[in-house]
Amino acid sequence: MAKQYEAGVKEYREKYWTPDYVPLDTDLLACFKVTGQPGVPREEVAAAVAAESSTGTWSTVWSELLTDLEYYKGRAYRIEDVPGDAESFYAFVAYPIDLFEEGSIVNVLTSLVGNVFGFKALKHLRLEDIRFPMAYIKTCGGPPAGIQVERDRLNKYGRPMLGATIKPKLGLSAKNYGRAVYECLRGGLDLTKDDENVNSQPFMRWRDRFEFVALAIDKAEQETGERKGHYLNVTAATPEDMYERAEFAKEVGCPIIMHDFLTGGFTANTGLANWCRKNGMLLHIHRAMHAVIDRHPKHGIHFRVLAKCLRLSGGDHLHTGTVVGKLEGDRNSTLGFVDQLRESFVPEDRSRGVFFDQDWGSMPGVFAVASGGIHVWHMPALVTIFGDDSVLQFGGGTQGHPWGNAAGAAANRVALEASVKARNQGRQIEKEAKDILTEAAKSSPELAIAMETWKEIKFEFETVDKLDVG
Amino acid sequence: MPQQTTGDYQTLNTLETFGFLPKFSQDEIYAQINYIIAQGWTPAIEHEHPSRAFDHYWTMWKLPFFGETNLANVVNELEACRRSYPDHHIRLTGYDNYTQSQGASFVVFQAR
Repeated sequence: MAKQYEAGVKEYREKYWTPDYVPLDTDLLACFKVTGQPGVPREEVAAAVAAESSTGTWSTVWSELLTDLEYYKGRAYRIEDVPGDAESFYAFVAYPIDLFEEGSIVNVLTSLVGNVFGFKALKHLRLEDIRFPMAYIKTCGGPPAGIQVERDRLNKYGRPMLGATIKPKLGLSAKNYGRAVYECLRGGLDLTKDDENVNSQPFMRWRDRFEFVALAIDKAEQETGERKGHYLNVTAATPEDMYERAEFAKEVGCPIIMHDFLTGGFTANTGLANWCRKNGMLLHIHRAMHAVIDRHPKHGIHFRVLAKCLRLSGGDHLHTGTVVGKLEGDRNSTLGFVDQLRESFVPEDRSRGVFFDQDWGSMPGVFAVASGGIHVWHMPALVTIFGDDSVLQFGGGTQGHPWGNAAGAAANRVALEASVKARNQGRQIEKEAKDILTEAAKSSPELAIAMETWKEIKFEFETVDKLDVG
Repeated sequence: MPQQTTGDYQTLNTLETFGFLPKFSQDEIYAQINYIIAQGWTPAIEHEHPSRAFDHYWTMWKLPFFGETNLANVVNELEACRRSYPDHHIRLTGYDNYTQSQGASFVVFQAR
C-alpha cells in the first residue's frame, strides 16, 4: 500500500526501535555500548544508532518511498544495563544481510562504525561485538591457510610455535639483520618476525632484507633439520608495492609474509590474503593501531570485533596480547577473542565479553600470537592460557640472553617443551612453573642463565579496559 | 659442558617437538602415549632413515592403530618397529580426526 510523503524530522524511535523484533538467522547483529547525552531517552539513542548505521538520515526524504525501507532498515531490538555503570547501556541492533556487500569487511565496518560514531546525541559509542550470520561468513575468504594447513606445512605438532621479533627493531643493515634471524632460528625458534615498523627504510631496503633472511632460513633448516620461517613484512605505501614484495618473498622461498591489517587497511588485507591463498603463502597479521581503537572502555571498537573481522578478511596469525607481558590485556577478555580466532563455534559468554553465539562453520582458524614483554618465566602460564594453537614470541626474551640469540632461543625452546611435556603428564604447570623450569634447567645451562637474567621482571599494572562486571 | 664457561652455543640437529629435552625415560614415553590416548587421538607409528628425516612423509609402520586405547599394545608396536628398523628414527603421532591434523607427534627412538 502506498504511503504519503510527509516532510520533516521524526523521532528515530518511531521507526528504528522495535523491541518485539525477533532477529533472523541471516541478520548481522551488533552490540554497542552507548553513552548518550544527558536527557535523551535510551530508546531514542539506540534507535538513532540503528538508523545512522543503516538506512536512516536525520530528515525524512521523499525518495524513501521508492523502496521498502522496512526491509532494509537496521533495528534496535534490545537494551540492557551495563553492569556497574549507570551512565551507559548496551544497545542490540539487527541489520538485514542485504545491507552489506558479500565478502567485504570494509563495507560492514563503513556502515557499523561510520558516521554514527561522531553523532552529536552520543557522548561515547563502542562497538562491543558483532554476530556474523553464516550466510555472510560463507562469502568471505578467511585465513589463506589456517591452523591445520600451517602445522602441516611447517611440520609443527603438539605444541605452540615459538617465535621472536628481530631487535633492534630499526637501524640494522640487511646483512646484520639476517645474522640475527639465523642465530634465533639455529637456536631453536620456529619463526622470526620483522618488526611492524620495518618496511623499507633507507638503512635496510626490503629486497636486501628478503634476500639475506632467505639465506638465514635455508642455513638454519639445513643445520637443524627442522622447518623454519620468517615473517617478511610486506606492508607498504601502496598495494602495488605490497604485491611486489609479496611476490619476491615467494620467489626467495620464504613460507610466510606479514601485514599490518589496521594501518594497511582491510582492503589491502583482504587482497593480500587472497594473494596468499592463490600462492601457497602463510600470512602473519600484526595489529599496530589497535589500542587507539579498542582501549577506551566506552568508545571505539572492542578488539574482539577486530579479531572477528580479521578472521573473515584473512590471516593465519593474529596478535592477541599476552595477558602476562608488558602490554594491556585482561585474561578472560583475551580468552574470549582467542576463541573467536580458533574455534568453529563460540557460545555467548558474558564472563568473557562474548555477546552472541558465533558459528564459524568451516572457516579455518587463526593462530593466536602472544608477543610483547614475555620471557622464560612466563612460559608455563602462556602454554596454559593460549594452548597449542598459538605462537609465543619472545623478542627481548630471546635476544637479550647473555650468550646471544641462539642460546636465548634454546632456553625458550627448552622451557616450552618442558611445559608441554609436563602438561601432557597432567601436571598443573602454571602453579608448578618454578619446579618445572628449575628441573628443565638442570640439563640446559642456556635456560638456567635465562631464568637468572629475567627472574625479577614483572609487568603488573591494572588493566585499563576491563570487562563490565557489577 | 663448554657453553657453561664460554657461552658458545652449538647448533643442534633436532627432530621437532621435544627435540630440545633430554632423552625420555620409559615412564616419560608412557606418559606421552597415555596423553595421546586420553585425547581420543589415534596412535600411529612412522619410521625413516636419518638421511631422509627432513621429508614430510616418513614410512608408516602398519596402519594407524584405530580405536587403540591400550598403552601396552602401542608400546609393543613401537618396540617391534624398532627391532625391524634399528637404524631409523621412529616417531609416534596422535591423529586427531576432529581437526584433521596431528594432535601430537614426537620422535620416540632415534636411530642407533
